[in-house]
Parts: sequence; C-alpha cells; structure tokens
Amino acid sequence: MLIKIKGSHPIASSDITAEKIYLERRKFLEKAIQAGLITAAGSLFPTTAAALSTHDGGRPLTNIRDTDYGKGLTPTAYKHITTYNNFYEFGTSKESPAGRAHTLKTRPWSVMVSGECERPGQYDFEDILKNHTLEERIYRFRCVEAWSMVVPWVGFPLGDLLKRFKPTSKAKYVAFSTLNDPAQMPGQKRRVLGWPYIEGLRIDEAMHPLALIAVGLYGQEMPKQNGAPLRLIVPWKYGFKSIKSIVKIEFTEQQPPTSWNISAGREYGFYSNVNPQVDHPRWSQARERILGASLFTPKQETLMFNGYADQVASLYRGMDLREQF
Amino acid sequence: MPSVQANTMTSDPDKIIQAIRWLYRPALFLVCLIPFALLAWRTIEGDLGANPVEYITRYTGDWSLRFLMITLALTPLRMLTGIGKLLRFRRMLGLFAFFYVCLHFSTYVWLDRELDLSTVITDVIKRPYITVGFTAFLLLIPMAITSTNKMIKRLGRNWAKLHKAIYIIGALGVLHYLWLVKADVREPIIYAVILIVLLGFRAVKQRRALKH
Repeated sequence: MLIKIKGSHPIASSDITAEKIYLERRKFLEKAIQAGLITAAGSLFPTTAAALSTHDGGRPLTNIRDTDYGKGLTPTAYKHITTYNNFYEFGTSKESPAGRAHTLKTRPWSVMVSGECERPGQYDFEDILKNHTLEERIYRFRCVEAWSMVVPWVGFPLGDLLKRFKPTSKAKYVAFSTLNDPAQMPGQKRRVLGWPYIEGLRIDEAMHPLALIAVGLYGQEMPKQNGAPLRLIVPWKYGFKSIKSIVKIEFTEQQPPTSWNISAGREYGFYSNVNPQVDHPRWSQARERILGASLFTPKQETLMFNGYADQVASLYRGMDLREQF
Repeated sequence: MPSVQANTMTSDPDKIIQAIRWLYRPALFLVCLIPFALLAWRTIEGDLGANPVEYITRYTGDWSLRFLMITLALTPLRMLTGIGKLLRFRRMLGLFAFFYVCLHFSTYVWLDRELDLSTVITDVIKRPYITVGFTAFLLLIPMAITSTNKMIKRLGRNWAKLHKAIYIIGALGVLHYLWLVKADVREPIIYAVILIVLLGFRAVKQRRALKH
C-alpha cells in the first residue's frame, strides 16, 4: 500500500443516521442486533473507516415497492457497502472509490441504446426511470475475490427495460459500457484495464427476472462509488459482471468482449457464474468472507449460483461450467 | 541533578553522544514495533474496515516487504555514507522483517485458511504467488535461527553464504506481490525497482572492486 493521507471527509458514522432510520422503518434493527451487525459496524468507534463521501447521494427514493426477494437475509451495514468497493475508475484500492467518486457527474445522464433492436437512441435517465416501478430486492453479492455482502438494492428488472427497446430476433447478447471520461473518473488516467469498462450477458440471462437495473440501495439514491446513477445487478454471477454507471447498451448477435476477460482470460470467463467447485487460479471459491463480520467469524460456504440455483440453473443446462466458466 | 546535566550538555556534546549510544538499539527496536502497535490499536478499536482479515493480511505483507527493503538498504547506505556502524542494525531489522513475515503467514494460515491445513497445502502447490511467498518464508527461518553471535561464530564462512539468501528472499517477496495483484501492478513494480537498485548497487561495487 502506498502511503496515503487520510481522507478529507471525516464524517463520523454517528452523523449518518439514514441507515438507522431505515433499519427501524423496516424492523430490521432487531434482527441486526441479534446478528451483532450493529456492533460489527463499529458505530461505537467513529473513525476514518466510517468516513463517507456520498456528497449529493443519499437522497431518499420514493414509491418503492416491497418484494420478497431476500427476506430473511441480514443486509450488510450501509457503511461497509459504501466504503469497500471495486470500482477501478476511481482507483484500485477498496477505499478509494468512496473518497474519489464525488467527481462523477450523475446528472444529466443518458444511455445510448444501439444494435439489434427496433428502438435505438439516446435515452435520458429520467425517461428511463419514469416507466418503471421501483422495487426493493435484497440480494447476495459475491465478489470473485471471495468476499460477499447482502445489499438491499432498489431498481427494476433489466428485462423490463430491454423489452422497451424491442430487441430483434438477431439480438443474442447484450453489451454494456461504463462511462469513459478520465476527467470524471480519475482512475481511467492509468490503463489498469482497457477503458471503458465493458460487460455483457446472453439475452436469456439479461431477460431473467432476477437481473436488475439498480438505481439505489438502502432506500436511497445509488452512491456514486456503488455505480450511480444506474448499474447492473446479476446476483448469481461474480460482482464484476454487474457493471456500474452504464452509458451504453448494445444488442449484438455475437458474444461481446468483456473487460476482465480481455485483461486475464484464464481467470475471468464470459459467464463468471458463482461456482464453489471451480476455483479462480489464484484463490479457492469454496468459501467466502462476509463483509463487516468480526475477525474470527468463520467464512461461509459459497452456494452454487450464489444461492440462486433454483431460479437460474436451467439457463445453463447442458453446459460444462468448468469449461465455460 | 538537572544542573549537572545542563553542565555536561554545554561542555562536551561528544560525551552526550557517547552517553546515549546505548539508546540507539532500544530506540530502533521501539520504532520497528510502531507498525505492529498501530495494527494492534486498530484491531482493538474495531477499525479495520469491512474486511478485517484482508486488511491485516495486506498490512503485514506490506511491512514485511518494507523491512526486507530497509534491511537490504543498509549495505548500500554504508557504502554511500561511510558510516560503518549502520551494519550493527542489520540483524535487528532483518529479524523484524522475519517478525512481520511471521505475522503475515499466521494471518494467512489462521484467519484466512481458518487452520485448514489441507487448503494451505493446495495453495502452496497450486497457486504460484503462494508458492513463492511460502518459499521466502521457509528461507527466512534458518536465517533467523542463525542470527545469534554464537551461530555466527560456529558457522564461520558458511554463515555469510547462508545469509546471502536474503537476496533471493527479497526477490521472492516482490514476485509474491506481483503475482498476487489482479491488474494494478504499480506498487509491486515500485518494490521491484527498489530491489533492483539495492542489489544492482552491490553488483556494481563488487565488479569495480574486482577490477582494481
């Protein structure tokens, strides 16, 4: 680690009440205390780790429909979800997106839709939003680096959005791009990855009801370090598939290239479904570390398709998941 | 008493330096413990972030490499400054490198692998960055054991040969870091450059010495 000067936004966690209010509203507090989550959140010791730079984020979202997704899961503390991020556009350390993402301008924001569809064009973020009912879904989120969290996302099904663009029969895949602007995303000044960050899904994966376009978490607008204003969430795949700050959606006939696969093809496949039996060359995928857990909390077993096998396993019937990882 | 001290100070600064010479070693010892103390403090405060095990692993790995580099820097520093006494601290710094490596290794075995030795063995065999890191750790053990005055005497010339392993260990440590990062190789490259400069300095000096 390079020597770093501590962040200039020393907001004590005690100053940030949104999460608490939220938890009370949803009657999660009781559960959270039982699980020791509040203690783990370290709210007794407000320090730099708790420093957030949500800036203009954190605005509450309204008219969120409740769903049954993830009932019974204990969400990871807001503080951890928003300070431990892989978002290389804002630096490669876990802490740097929280400190640097404030340079991202999330309004105005539009998404360019192109390729094999009947309604290509430039769509304004507000226009995208107004045609969907926001819903909350609590999903497991499993990073390829063998850590995981549980996030109460706010969003709408990706399939509902894609259908509006009327994909043609030639649309076999969907490709996504993140914004490419080093002025707003200072991490792009170094070619750690090829920019822009690109990802893709097979069309049936994209149309699966679990695939989500998320615009917020914990009932609030998406924090910039988590991929504001809109990002993909594919809960049965490793986190890097869930591309952030999307500006382009393209329907394609061929399988689109993806950033991490270009960077290290042997380590990151196109599918990248969570699979405890197929190790990453550099670490085992059998178990995972839960973010926010104490030092001696054991890791938990990683589940096939991150616990969503019942819903998604049929998408991959007949495929050798060891080959097509 | 204070009057006596003041008197000494004004009359003979050399004497003061002589008088506090015994302090160098314990002072350096305490300085070397600062990273550990900070880590202990943050652990007690619960201030290790969302992923404490990863934090400790990285932290102890960083300090292992730093102490290895500092230890390797003493010989070139002595050559540059002519202060021969610098080498007196080499043993302590080397042992601190070993101390932080031990913390790093036990964090990995205990907290990361959860004492499941079969997964440790798999890692050592299957994952090259762990293979080289583990090798570096193993090589450090005989060096630490033979660091006493008694052993230096007993081993004679072989002692110097054995302790040349530090060059290999330094290289393995940097390689361990380089192979571990996913995409951003900047920091391991910085260490590699430092290592090359430190070892290169010795090589150049040696060649010149041979020519004369």
